[in-house]
This record gives sequence, C-alpha cells and structure tokens, in this order.
Amino acid sequence: MSNFMSLFIALIVAAITYGTPLLFGTLGEILTEKSGNLNLGVEGIMFMGGALGLGGVFYYEKAGGASGVAAVAVGILCAFLAGILASLIFSFLTITLRANQNVTGLALSIFGTGVGQFIGEYMRVRENGYIAIGNHLKGFFQSSPFPSALQKIPVVGGILFGNSVFFYLGLLLAAGMFLFLNRTRTGLYLRSVGESPATADAAGINVGRYKYLATVIGGGISAVGGMVYIMTIAGCVWNHEGLSGVGWLAVALVIFCLWRPLSAIWGSVLFGALMILYLRLMLPFIPTQLYKILPYVVTVVVLIVSSMRNNKEKQPPASLGLAYFREDR
Amino acid sequence: MSHEKKTPFIRLAKREGMEGWKVWCIRAGAVLFALALGALVMGAVGANPVTAYGTMVSGALGKKSAVRQTVKIAVPLLGCALAIAPCFKMRFWNIGAEGQITAGAIAASYFALFWADRMPAPVLLTVMGLAGALAGGLWALIPAFFKAKWNTNETLFTLMMNYIIIGVVRWLQGGPWEGRKGSQIIPQFDSAACLPRVLGVHCGWIIVLVLVVFMHVYMNYTKHGYEIAVIGDSVNTARYAGMNVGRVMMRTMFLSGAISGIVGFIVASGANNTLYDGVAGGVGFTSITVAWLSQLNAFAMVGISMLLAVLSKGAETLQTRMAVPTSISDIITGILLFCMLGCEFFINYQLIFRKKKEARHE
Repeated sequence: MSNFMSLFIALIVAAITYGTPLLFGTLGEILTEKSGNLNLGVEGIMFMGGALGLGGVFYYEKAGGASGVAAVAVGILCAFLAGILASLIFSFLTITLRANQNVTGLALSIFGTGVGQFIGEYMRVRENGYIAIGNHLKGFFQSSPFPSALQKIPVVGGILFGNSVFFYLGLLLAAGMFLFLNRTRTGLYLRSVGESPATADAAGINVGRYKYLATVIGGGISAVGGMVYIMTIAGCVWNHEGLSGVGWLAVALVIFCLWRPLSAIWGSVLFGALMILYLRLMLPFIPTQLYKILPYVVTVVVLIVSSMRNNKEKQPPASLGLAYFREDR
Repeated sequence: MSHEKKTPFIRLAKREGMEGWKVWCIRAGAVLFALALGALVMGAVGANPVTAYGTMVSGALGKKSAVRQTVKIAVPLLGCALAIAPCFKMRFWNIGAEGQITAGAIAASYFALFWADRMPAPVLLTVMGLAGALAGGLWALIPAFFKAKWNTNETLFTLMMNYIIIGVVRWLQGGPWEGRKGSQIIPQFDSAACLPRVLGVHCGWIIVLVLVVFMHVYMNYTKHGYEIAVIGDSVNTARYAGMNVGRVMMRTMFLSGAISGIVGFIVASGANNTLYDGVAGGVGFTSITVAWLSQLNAFAMVGISMLLAVLSKGAETLQTRMAVPTSISDIITGILLFCMLGCEFFINYQLIFRKKKEARHE
C-alpha cells in the first residue's frame, strides 16, 4: 500500500470519528425540524448531554461497574435524558406558550452550556481533581466492536470495521429515521405537521403531540452526540473548551443535507474531515490557525449556495420556525 | 350533557390592550420566579440560597472597587445590546455580535499598534473608534447582503462569522502581530491608545450612555426606526408600502455591526489595553439576553445589563467563597430568559377556565 493511500485511509477514519457526534446532532435536529420546530439550542443540548453522559459513566465506574456494554448504555441513557429535559423546556415554551423559537433556542444554548459547565465543574470539585474514565471502559467507547481480523482487511477494513460503536449506531439510526419519515404513516403525519399544521389539524392529527414528541426525541438524539464527542474526541475527560461549536455545525448540516437523514451520514463525515484536515494534511502556505476555520468557511459557502438554489424539492419544512395557534388565521 | 364534556377545561383567547402596569407586574413576577428557580439550583448543590444571593450582591456592589469591576462588565453588555436591538426588532437574528466586536477590536488595534507614535492621543483614539465601527459594520454587512439577496439563513451565517474572525485573531496573535517570539501575545498598547479613566472606570461608559440616547431616538423617532418596526411586524406589509426591505436590512446591520465594533474598540482600548482571541468573551451572546429581557427598550437595557453584570461578578465571588461554580450565572441568565419568554404568553393570551353555567347557556 502506498504511503499516500494509508494517509488517505487514516484521514477518513479520523473524519468518521469527528463526524459521528455531528451525525447524532444532525439526525436529532432533522427530526425536530420535520415537525416545524427550529431548535437552535442544539449546542446547549449537546453540552448537557456531554456533561451528564460523562457523569453517568463516571459514577457507574465508581460504583464498581465494569461491564463495557452497560457503561455505553448508561452513557447513552444519561445523555438522552439530559436532551429530553432540555428540549422539554424548549417545547413547553414554544409549543404551549408560543414563545419565539429563535430566541428560545438561543436561550437554551446559553442555559445548556451553563448547565453543562456547572455540572462538569461541580463534579470536578467534588471528586477533588478531574473527571476521567478508566482505560478499561474507555476502550468500549473508543474502539471498534468488531474482531480485529475484520479490521485488518486491506484498504477497506479500517474504514468499514475500525470505527467506534457509535458510528454504527448512528448509521442504524439514520436508516431507521429514513424509513420512519418516508415509509410509515406516523412519519407522513409528522411531515404534514411540519409542512402545514393547519391542514394536519383539520385532518385530525394532534399537532401539539407530534411537535412535542418529535422535538423531545430529537433533542435526546442530539444530546447523545454531545456525549459521543466527550467520550471519543475529548478523550473521556471533562474540559472547559466544551464542544467548540459542534452543535451549531450540526444545525448548519441539517440545511446542508436538505433535511434527509441518509445524506446526513456523508455530510457529517465530510464535515468531520474538514475539522481534522489541518492535523492530517499540512499545507505549508496556510497558517494552522487560519486552517482551523475551514469548516466554518465551508459552512458559510454551503449556506449561501443552498439559499441560491431554487428547487421545490430542496426546501425546509414550510412551517419551520412558526408557532401554531389554531385560532389564528 | 355531551356538549358539556366537549368544552375543554381551559380555553385560550388572544387579548390585547392589557394595562401597562399589569404587563410590568407580570414581567417583574417572571424575574422573581426566575431568581427563585435559581435558588433551587443553588440549594441543590448545598448552598444556602439567601446567603448565596447576598454574597453575589455584596461581591458585586459591596466595595468601590467591586462596583467599578461590575460597571466594567456592564459597559460592553449594554453597548452590544443596543447594537442587537434594531436587528431583533426587524426579526433579523444577528447572533454574530461576538464577531463584530472582534472585527472592531482588530481594526482599532491595528491603529493602536502601528500608528500610536504618529498621532496625538485624541486623534488616535478617534481614528481607532472610527476604524472599529467601520470594520464591525462591514463584517456585519456580509451576512446582511446575502440575506437581502438570496434570503440566506442569517442566524447560522452570523454565527459562523464569529468563529472565522476569532480564528483570524488567533493567527495574528501567533503570527504577524506577535510581540515577543513564541509568546502568542500581542504587546500592550501605547498609553496614548488607551481610553482615559473617568470616575475610576475607562470612559467607555460615557460612550455607551450616549449611544443609549441615540438608539432610543433612532428607534422611536426616525423614519429608519419606523421602517425597522414595520419590517419586523410584516415583511409583506413593508414591501407593499414600497420599502426596499433588502436595503433597510443592510443599512440596519451595518449600523448594528458598527456599534458592536465600537464596543470592540472600547473593550480592547479601555479594558484590556491589548487584543486577544477572547476579546468578546461571550458578550455577543449575553447581550442577546439583555436586549430581549428589556423588550428592546434602550433605557431598560441600562438596568438589565447592570443586573446581569451583578450576576456575573457576583458569581465570581460566589465561587471563591462558597465553591459554587461561576457558570451558575449562565444558568440563572438562561432561566431569566426562559421566564421572560414564557411570561409573554400570559400577556398576549387569556386563559378561560370552563364554568358550568357558561356551558349550560351555550
């Protein structure tokens, strides 16, 4: 295998690692936005998910738990619950109290980041030092669930079988969400709520319930992404840097992949590659600090390009960002 | 009987024209409710809420030096909230104030670093302020242009612009503007490039108070302010009335960015006397809270920015004295915002409970 080839493969594997948190964040937000709710609080939700997920696994380990599968389950569960809690606040304010979705989402970002920092810092002080997971459990979060024989297959082995368990869960989730949205009656109802809540209401669909469920479950899924970020990229340690905008990139990715769960897979891997490129592909004429802003520049370009195309198939849900009040006309 | 069952227990109706004092009572109630929820959080980590709030207030306002520190925190918050207000009034979700502050700070720093010996101090400071305003305005104009032309999502666009410009500062810090090699620090400004102090705080507070009056007049008594209000209520109405919506958007965003840029100049020249990547330090986001909590009213912003400054300065004292993490101030800020957002519902809608008699009469 040539040197270039192995570099390229290493880049893709790293891209998948960095893309997996984005994948969860994006999938959750797609579900939310399909119901017509624009939740800009993903950054806060993922932050809370990261802090609570890490906390859950840390205390599981401290209580003597050693089963890797259980630790992963605990992490997912804690993060999911954190996401549910955060998006319940959002849902209550925007669906029941009809508050402005933009400002509520921003408030949730501030609040969620605060809660994440608070919990992380509080745990750190209480445990005298720092919060970290032992190497044994760490392995279950970071290394591949497949036997090493499969990973050693030349060229494709690493890419197909060498990723953390979360990537495969994300793939399943994306496929499941695609089937749910496009092949089931409930999915159709959900999409109709996002496109035209008044029509859905007239057809006897409980608009409030669909919006609540989609937003809350979507928030839970996004929060798992935050936990994945802390557990894989941040190395199972609590840090002050937090997520450095991964949640916001996830919101942008939803636009990039046109609200399609399957496109979210390659979209998030692509953005993962952009995030990691400065480490893997040194370019002597670009200073590192400027190289690091590449994903944000690309996001801007993506936003501009996606707003310029005028295609009926490629539009957001028609009622995205609008509160629904039956008596309104 | 079956009819009675179908009447929901609570019905909603829109209401208009609630008396002003009632509206402010509800809002004050929301603030108190938020502080009570904050007390619950403090109680949950084992701090006595009453002592904790007392510590926060005394830590922020107890001593003269503490008051100065608190005002220093409030100045950029207030300035930036004033910048955001017209955008939010127009329903243009500018969350890029962080980047516009940074852009302004970069431009101001350029003159502070390379022109300090060539101009007298008053001229230098004026040039720095103007450069900051221009840079902030132009940085804000980019997303506004694309929003006006292709309706590009401005929320994410302005946000991404933050990360981009902060990356540029990091590059300047470790590259062209680096002081001692390897220090990753831009040298301190010449004393001519530092804002003079008035009453112990850099005179940025006077600038923002002038801006308060300016923005109040601009928003309420000018044609521009009227256009912004109409676009905020309904873009179609504005178009029908013959307003050039795109132009108003770009103009307003330029103004907004320019004010943020001045804030950047104030922070770099008055508070830090240098430029670094944390020059905005979250002000761009917190000021959104200030703007929204004060219902985009310029005078209310003075009070709200002080309230949030007290929270954030007090949280530092709280951490040193009672070991409650400083992020408690973010949590309380978030809760405050949630409560204010929620309480608007009770101002705009009326809850009608089912009455037996009413149901029979129908």
